Amino acid sequence: METRFLIEDAGFHPRYIMNKNWWKALAVLILTYVILQGMLGVVPRQPILNESIRNVYFHVPLWFGMITLLLTSAIYSIRYLRNGRFDDDVVAVEFANTGILFGILGCATGSIWANFTWGEPWPNDPKLNSVAIAMLMYMAYMILRGSFDDEQRRARISAVYNIFAFAVFIPLIFIVPRLTDSLHPGNGGNPAFGKYDMDNRLRMVFYPAIIGFTLLGVWITQLRVRYRRIKAALDE
Amino acid sequence: MVESVRQMGALMRKEFLLEWRQRYALNGMLLYIVSAVFVCYLSFNARRGQLTPIVWNTLFWIILLFTAINAIAKSFVQERASRQLYYYTLASPQQIILSKILYNTLLMLVLAFLGFGVYAFVLGNPVGDMPLYLLTLVLGAIGFASSLTLVSGIASKAENPATLMAVMSFPIILPLLLTLLKIAKNALDGLDRSVSWSEIGTVLAIDAIVLTVSWLLFPFLWRS
Repeated sequence: METRFLIEDAGFHPRYIMNKNWWKALAVLILTYVILQGMLGVVPRQPILNESIRNVYFHVPLWFGMITLLLTSAIYSIRYLRNGRFDDDVVAVEFANTGILFGILGCATGSIWANFTWGEPWPNDPKLNSVAIAMLMYMAYMILRGSFDDEQRRARISAVYNIFAFAVFIPLIFIVPRLTDSLHPGNGGNPAFGKYDMDNRLRMVFYPAIIGFTLLGVWITQLRVRYRRIKAALDE
Repeated sequence: MVESVRQMGALMRKEFLLEWRQRYALNGMLLYIVSAVFVCYLSFNARRGQLTPIVWNTLFWIILLFTAINAIAKSFVQERASRQLYYYTLASPQQIILSKILYNTLLMLVLAFLGFGVYAFVLGNPVGDMPLYLLTLVLGAIGFASSLTLVSGIASKAENPATLMAVMSFPIILPLLLTLLKIAKNALDGLDRSVSWSEIGTVLAIDAIVLTVSWLLFPFLWRS
């Protein structure tokens, strides 16, 4: 069954691409559009932000993508606990891996942005710190996985931790930053993006960018999952 | 309902008996927090009332955090696997995790109040609103016990429980710790209580989430 999938997936027949892989084409199209718009498009002029507002196409969608990927990872962990299919655990761990990657990229793009608008690459901001904590949480998940020899045990216990971590991650990233003052829009009296920073031209790129980056994350995850499946098949 | 409460009572009694028979572990925890406080006191070389309120407050909660992690880490490694299997034939996993959380809450209450007493005794007591500060201690004990018990269960299944316990607990406990620090600081400064309501709500919400998730997930954990 594994080999059949491998051969089919390797096919580049146009009809095949249209039937099953249209979303990959969509991801490429959207991201090309987003990068072009990000580099060349017209953006509103805002004090302090100036041209750095273009980062809204990259930094914010990466966060949205990360949350979606981590949510999917938690859902697959729940599925694993419900039916015990080993494959679900592989999918869960790879979604978490891609989530960590997006988190690190989001931190990096945010750092560049903060350096130019707030004056330092890592201002003491609750939102930044909560994401750093979330990264620690998921790195602990990876370390937990590494400390088991038995695959069944590893899958079950790390699934439990993954769900637990996600349940703590939600208040961490949504509730705690709202309690204290934050430099981010929408917190501590700062206006949210929707108020007046975002005009319609920005939205035309921003919303597709969220979809595009999420699709890219799913694609990366799919490749990693297939790589794992092939490795598992070869090991047997 | 009555039956399950009675069973949980029996499980709690078992935890107390176990602790009482291995008094060295309990005494160890008590000594741990007292000596940690004393080490901090000597390291700062502070005479009474010399620390600024922020340092005073943060230091106390950090000590409490480390004590909590150490105290709760042993809730599953104390008993052998075969004996745990025996408990699972007697009671449902939900009852076991709830009784462990309850027991750990009581343990944390004892440790927190003892720690606070010693800390205030050697480092001075600048607290403005004492009842609220004590309420924070109670909230902290409940929160620490409910978040860390499941983590300790997870860590006890792995190869190096001590490191994993610390690595997994720090990020999990941070939202709770930060909110508790905020309430404690408000109490320290003697601010009006209405300032702290929303934080107290957050702590209770986090506790509720963590308790529910522990209740749901523990049955999957003990099977392995």
